[in-house]
Amino acid sequence: MTIDNVPLHLLIPDMLEASVEVIKIFFLTIIFSIPLGFIVALARRSRFRIISFPTRIYQLIFRGTPLMLQLFFFMYGPYYIFGFSFNRFTACILAFVINYAAYFGEIFRGGIAAIPKGQYEAAKVLGYTKLQTFLHIILPQVIKHVIPATGNELMTLVKDTSLAQVISVPELFRVATNAGTRYFSSIPIIIAAPFYLIMNSVVEVTFKMIEKKMDYYKN
Amino acid sequence: MLLKTLNLQKSFGKTHVLKGISLEVNEGEVIAIIGPSGSGKSTLLRCLTQLERVDKGTIEVDGIQMVGMNGEKAVYADNKILHEIILKVGLVFQNFNLFPNFSVIKNIIHAQVKVLGIEKSLAHKKAMELLEKMNLKEKATSYPCELSGGQQQRVAIARALALNPRILFFDEPTSALDPELTGEILKVIRSLAKEKMTMVIVTHEMAFARDVADRVIFMDDGVIVEEGTPEEVFGNTSNERTKEFLQRFNQN
Repeated sequence: MTIDNVPLHLLIPDMLEASVEVIKIFFLTIIFSIPLGFIVALARRSRFRIISFPTRIYQLIFRGTPLMLQLFFFMYGPYYIFGFSFNRFTACILAFVINYAAYFGEIFRGGIAAIPKGQYEAAKVLGYTKLQTFLHIILPQVIKHVIPATGNELMTLVKDTSLAQVISVPELFRVATNAGTRYFSSIPIIIAAPFYLIMNSVVEVTFKMIEKKMDYYKN
Repeated sequence: MLLKTLNLQKSFGKTHVLKGISLEVNEGEVIAIIGPSGSGKSTLLRCLTQLERVDKGTIEVDGIQMVGMNGEKAVYADNKILHEIILKVGLVFQNFNLFPNFSVIKNIIHAQVKVLGIEKSLAHKKAMELLEKMNLKEKATSYPCELSGGQQQRVAIARALALNPRILFFDEPTSALDPELTGEILKVIRSLAKEKMTMVIVTHEMAFARDVADRVIFMDDGVIVEEGTPEEVFGNTSNERTKEFLQRFNQN
């Protein structure tokens, strides 16, 4: 089947394969950037300026410059600085993880700040250690707070994977634009839209479910 | 003697909040601390429960030195001893501070298991006994957000009692409650007093203080102005500041 001379029976399997690449970037970014984001949040809250200030600068740099530029930087920068290069995929994941951890850091910082001081005080008088307080009492409440903002961020992530095309990672958008060039048609790019939309629908539904699951109590 | 403090002083920046508080609490005694807002009552409780650090003075809890003086400065015991001491005291907050992510029963079980290392089934049994005592057995699996303020405060009292504190402190336990709910909390405190629980209660409920306390302490401007039996303080105080405070209170 063809539309506008684009052979869909060839294009669709390619795009499905490229979607797997999107999903890989998506999950690897989540797995590394969320824990890293928590560390960033705690570092930002540190009362030691030597920890909190550099963290803030890191966040400023990675939130303040285009992710596309950061992808270039991790792809080509190491060669100029250290004389070696990461492979495309590694450079891509590094850029995404470090970029997203900066954003998650802010989201989690807000979530931690939203927990009333009384929670820490009650825990302290009951004899909980600081670690126990954080793990059992603060963290579960923070997670509930940050679910909506995190879902938002992850939907952005799905779309941001399209930026990886600039360092030739064979993800969905690159496959679509390549096909567009090959067949002199905009159809492949238009077809890419429902692919992104379906993936993000899954993210949206998943987060609605998590939100509902966390709804057994109110803060 | 369960608690002994000598000349406690505490400032927040330039504000001198506690200006030398010396206090003794005997086993089984119920002490009510009254006084105008900003007189340092809550700060005193917060210092005794390690939520604030004093600048000067000594504190001894159940014979263990928590704070001592080294020259002009207060010196705290090491963390191990401070932990040991914190387990001897309980604190009931004005705004309950229950853990919203835990059910009622888990609020009472969790610290028993995690802090004291009590076996879960025993902790559960104890929690149920306490809930029964608080008349809240049917709320065991509810979450704090589903309870009224008075019910939440009773859970908070049960949570504190579950760790078997030697002294229980109350920081205005009824101030955040609707007037019709204060009664249920006062009833619980009264029953604890009957069981000879040692308690120090900061309160604005004068009638209650008069009724339940063995000793009443009137604080104003960071010092203990007067201290005595309820009859002495409420009945026929000779102290002008106390008189003025109580008169102002009666007018309201």
